[in-house]
Amino acid sequence: MFRKGNLFFLFVLFFCLCFIYAGCGKKRSDSDAVIIWHWMTDRHDTFLKLSKQYKAETGKTVIFELSAPTDVYTSKVRAAAQTNTLPDIFSVLGVSQDLSNFIHAGLIHCLTPYMEENHHEWERSFYPNAIGMNAFTEPNQWNVPEGIYGVPIDVTNIQMIYNKDIFKTAGIDKIPETWEEFLKAGDLVTSKTDKQFFVVGFGETWLINTMVRIFAYNLIGEKKLIQTIKGECPYSSAEWIDIFNKFREMSEKKLFAAGIVTMINRNAERLFATGRAAVTYNGSWSVNVFRGMNPDLNYGTMFFPKISDHYPLLIQGGAGSSLMVSEHSLRKKEAVAFLKWMTSKSSQIFLSTETNNLPSNKEAVGQMPAILNEYAKDMDKTFHPALLPVGEDPNIEEATARGIQSIIIGETTPEELAEKITLLKKQTLNESE
Amino acid sequence: MNRHMNKTKIYSLLTSYSFIVPALILFAIFNIYTFFDLFRLSFMKSNGLAGSIETFVGLQNYIEIFKDKVWWESVGRAAYITFLALTLQNFVALILALFVDRGIRGETIYKVIFFLPPVLSGIVIGLIWEWIFDGNYGLLNHWLTLFHMEKFCRAWLADPKTALYAIAFIHMWRGFGWGFVIFLAGLQNIDRELYEAADVDGATWWPKFVHITLPLMVPVFVIVSILTILGTMQIYDLIVSTTKGGPGYHTEVPITRIIYSMTGSLNFGYASSQAIVFGVILLIVSMTQIFVSNRLKKND
Repeated sequence: MFRKGNLFFLFVLFFCLCFIYAGCGKKRSDSDAVIIWHWMTDRHDTFLKLSKQYKAETGKTVIFELSAPTDVYTSKVRAAAQTNTLPDIFSVLGVSQDLSNFIHAGLIHCLTPYMEENHHEWERSFYPNAIGMNAFTEPNQWNVPEGIYGVPIDVTNIQMIYNKDIFKTAGIDKIPETWEEFLKAGDLVTSKTDKQFFVVGFGETWLINTMVRIFAYNLIGEKKLIQTIKGECPYSSAEWIDIFNKFREMSEKKLFAAGIVTMINRNAERLFATGRAAVTYNGSWSVNVFRGMNPDLNYGTMFFPKISDHYPLLIQGGAGSSLMVSEHSLRKKEAVAFLKWMTSKSSQIFLSTETNNLPSNKEAVGQMPAILNEYAKDMDKTFHPALLPVGEDPNIEEATARGIQSIIIGETTPEELAEKITLLKKQTLNESE
Repeated sequence: MNRHMNKTKIYSLLTSYSFIVPALILFAIFNIYTFFDLFRLSFMKSNGLAGSIETFVGLQNYIEIFKDKVWWESVGRAAYITFLALTLQNFVALILALFVDRGIRGETIYKVIFFLPPVLSGIVIGLIWEWIFDGNYGLLNHWLTLFHMEKFCRAWLADPKTALYAIAFIHMWRGFGWGFVIFLAGLQNIDRELYEAADVDGATWWPKFVHITLPLMVPVFVIVSILTILGTMQIYDLIVSTTKGGPGYHTEVPITRIIYSMTGSLNFGYASSQAIVFGVILLIVSMTQIFVSNRLKKND
């Protein structure tokens, strides 16, 4: 009785401890496979092909795991960072502040030594903006040690894209170059066709913020944008109100597609690809998306309409998707080796041809598909917020994007939004002091 | 002899406790420890990333919550959807349960149909209804057009006048099956002889409902109400798959704000304090509900 009870108790206890140990232990694949988390739905099949190719060439396994859309991916990565369960390779989508948080938390492996090998051979293969987006120089606002922390796998820019057939039906002969011409084109489309004019996934707040930045670069210039982020110039200034007012103008003229404020970009792409809207605002990755949705779509890119002659008109881009190696990965060397292979000339040509994305490797550019030339020709007219010496607080960015949604639905005025953000900015600055 | 008895008793006790040890350990790790850690974090400024520095800020996060208008509006919205669910959703569930309880034909089919929405994933339900409510190619607008009611066509989930109601409707459609099953189980547990006795006295359906069904269903109403409150206040997946809290902040609810603080602005300490405050609100609501129902039972 005594021995049986004792043994049984020990058995149950042992079972419990094994169970807890197994459950709480770190997730580790039973093979030496490098795990990559990404969000690029349009490129997933190509990534799978790439991993097969890599396996054939090196005998090593790489597993691509997809999480989309970007909001979901961002949440997943951040949750994994909070629980220390990041995969070998992942991406921090967001602004420099996000990347710096990850670096300070010791979650990202510094790639500078690998980049500097053979007289900076790997580093020099990339566009400066693309590598710059993943690098920090000292001093910087976030006190991040100087170094390169990510690998760009492509470059991109975000453009206006128009449906040539709808423009023709509406009688638009000249592609709009100014804001006034753009609004006029919108009037023509809505009055002369049964199509909607402008569709974009404004349910995803980052798209709203990119558009705001383009307006800001054009109207107030980079210097004043930096001053605004630093709190030296208020959002309630006339220029900022003018920027917010652009959304009201479009809304009042009914140039936005129905439901735009909660629409995800995938649905916006579908509406444009099926010829229900005349203009969209999307990155160079959309070439691949549209090819998948409607290979016969007759479209072209047009540069963002300028709202002012004060400063040069720049579009967001120059740097595309980047991948980082986890500092806690047990396969750091293998992960870096794969990233080197993935960004080599031959892999970049393959990626570019298969996915219609602009390659990050300069040497691969000459051999990219012709359709990307329209995007590529504007690569020298781009900016990227991650290259600024300061970054806006995420709460301000959220409030701005939500406020613009409110302007579009007509319940907030640009002036009210400007006041609200100015107040929030003051609070944020006070807290950080 | 006594020593042997004691040993037997001790090992009998140990054997008994060994059965609850696994559950106790799991509960301690996943509930007690996490709760205390959440409580600790609510007094910290932290981005929550593993390995990052945490700074003690005292009650600062709680003070911020009381100033956070967006947060309290989100609580109000969740409360409003909860009110609709408590009334409309449970009313429909009760009516359907009453019909099925009367032994109508095809009872099992109805049970399956009514219980189908609750077993579907919230994300899937959200995507289905997003397609129905879409302003460009949505099924609802298509039907309205067919019936020459174009003036009502709109982007239901993007219009501030309808977005919250659309979300509430989807949530109620998804949730009424739970209420239906529990109400039906409660109705079927009522002794039929009570109704037969009332029949003999010549009672019609209304007095039978008021004097027999309602009083005996009070415990069931309490359970359904508590489940509805807790389930609805914590609504999240439907919103993520349909509106993402927009347009503006019109469909933001507490859980979406907590998730935003946690992963959007990486303010983990603030998110923890929001979670604590929200937990306290739910606790107060549930306790009040139990207290009121106990009083009602006593009065009966």
